[in-house]
Amino acid sequence: MALLEVSELSIQFGGVKAVQAVSFSIDAGMIYAVIGPNGAGKTTLFNLITGVYAPTAGSIRLDGQPVHGLTPDRLAQRGVARTFQNLQVCMNMLAIENVMVGAHLRLDRSLFKAALRWPALRRADAALRDEAAELMRFVGLAQYLTARADSMPYGALKRLEIARALAMRPRLLFLDEPAAGLNPKETQEVDALVRRIADAGVTVVLVEHDMKMVMNLSERILVLDYGKKLAEGNRDEIRRNPDVIAAYLGAHA
Amino acid sequence: MTTSRYLPLGALAAGLLVLPWLLPNSFYLDLAIRMAINAIIVLGLNLLIGFAGQISLGHAGFLGLGAYASAVLPTHFGWPPLAAMLAGMALTGVLAALVARPIFRLKGHYLAMATLGLGIILNIVVRNEAQWTGGPDGMPVLPFEVAGLTLSRDWHWWWLVSALLLLSVWMAQNLMDSPFGRALRALHGSEVASRGVGVDVAGYKVAIFVLSAMFASLMGSITAHYVGFVTPNVADFFHSIELVTMVVIGGMASVYGSLLGAVLLTALPQLLATFEGWETVVFGAILMLCMIFLPKGLAPTLAARFGKGGQ
Ligand SMILES: Nc1ncnc2c1ncn2[C@@H]1O[C@H](COP(=O)(O)OP(=O)(O)OP(=O)(O)O)[C@@H](O)[C@H]1O
Ligand SMILES: [Mg+2]
Repeated sequence: MALLEVSELSIQFGGVKAVQAVSFSIDAGMIYAVIGPNGAGKTTLFNLITGVYAPTAGSIRLDGQPVHGLTPDRLAQRGVARTFQNLQVCMNMLAIENVMVGAHLRLDRSLFKAALRWPALRRADAALRDEAAELMRFVGLAQYLTARADSMPYGALKRLEIARALAMRPRLLFLDEPAAGLNPKETQEVDALVRRIADAGVTVVLVEHDMKMVMNLSERILVLDYGKKLAEGNRDEIRRNPDVIAAYLGAHA
Repeated sequence: MTTSRYLPLGALAAGLLVLPWLLPNSFYLDLAIRMAINAIIVLGLNLLIGFAGQISLGHAGFLGLGAYASAVLPTHFGWPPLAAMLAGMALTGVLAALVARPIFRLKGHYLAMATLGLGIILNIVVRNEAQWTGGPDGMPVLPFEVAGLTLSRDWHWWWLVSALLLLSVWMAQNLMDSPFGRALRALHGSEVASRGVGVDVAGYKVAIFVLSAMFASLMGSITAHYVGFVTPNVADFFHSIELVTMVVIGGMASVYGSLLGAVLLTALPQLLATFEGWETVVFGAILMLCMIFLPKGLAPTLAARFGKGGQ
């Protein structure tokens, strides 16, 4: 059974049919890419699956269980993590605290124990801090271990979001344009990072405009255009698909 | 903020310990007690405003609830003061939760308006229920006694309030450096991201609002017993604004900034008394200048200048 099964998923904003009857499924352990021209509905699709929007029609199943209509915090409980195309970093906190927040659901969140500096809670928090530092090193942020988030450059903040998502220990990770705005060297590092994340057993769903990265990483690719599924298949099928060439190259070349 | 935080806390404790011996007379001790009381209230309010990024313009209403619980229940119903105090906190907590649940689904200004409305309603209730509250003239409050001990001298109050202040600072710092506090600060930074990692955003907002309100209620009770008299002014809109101003001037999301803001704004009217009739104008001008030149508040600005963290 597929890890994620999306069927006939649709959402409409006023007159805009941002996603129309899109169906696909993702097996555990793969890197799956969603591509398409600007405004094709990629981010909206992510927002639907991660609970930011409720679909107007269609269904989403995780491990066979229906999850459409669940709020983002409920989906987080089921192991769904994501990063954001427009950065969502807490600029009022340290970088490492941003990562620690990712572990929210695994922690003892008691207000009283926290106020009284409960020893077990302090110990867990100290261990978490080490784990968060480890994650920051893993994504290549070793030099920002004591930095404030609002002092970090854009490229580092993109990785900080990835580290935060990994702190959730997700099964399914959605990355919305992780390489956007990065220079070629940084892009290559993110490429390698996504590979290492997948190797660690996390199923990755990737939205990315960098075709080299998409073709290098993804086992399967979904192409959206004007909210509709234009094609789906492995990289060779997508590369050769005449509709994709027409729509995608038409928009980009 | 783990090891270095006991240094300022120790300095604060030492300061509170020696202060009474440095004060020339009881007028100043009274002022110091009121400063410390305000500092605790402002600290509680800063958890809500500065750390969690939510606003309350009706906090004086919660103070008033506590103050009147401590005035009315012992006087009219013979309740022990401690029981009245706890009942006031419980009532405030329930009321705050009832109000917060629906409004935290809305964003931004609605909360400000709703808390403003709540504060005004509470103020009107105490003004109108004259047979219980003495109406606009207020009513006397029985002395605070527990287990046969009565707090009567200013000294007693100073030690009580100092202990409460130290405890509040310690607990506020613990809280903000914990999973609970990080979730609060995170939803301030990005609600979308917080939800995405599993934070029940509305639940946390309600929790901190209720906590902050109950804190205000407790300090309202303490103020009432200390002053020995309570008037509706305690629950006044202007008092709410004054408390928010203390948070902002001292520094949002800064524990020691809360203390600084409370101390300065409690002292300011005394210092301005020489301006005879113009003190409100000077007060307003000082606040405006602060906001223009120190938009982050005093403590964070000073901390940044001297290269420290600001918490
Ligand atoms: N909340 C919203 N309200 C109204 N319209 C929306 C909303 N979110 C998305 N849209 C519309 O849906 C369409 C798809 O947008 P979406 O952001 O999903 O595109 P995208 O494929 O992620 O594009 P890009 O590559 O530029 O990120 C666009 O026409 C957009 O204007
Ligand atoms: Mg997008």
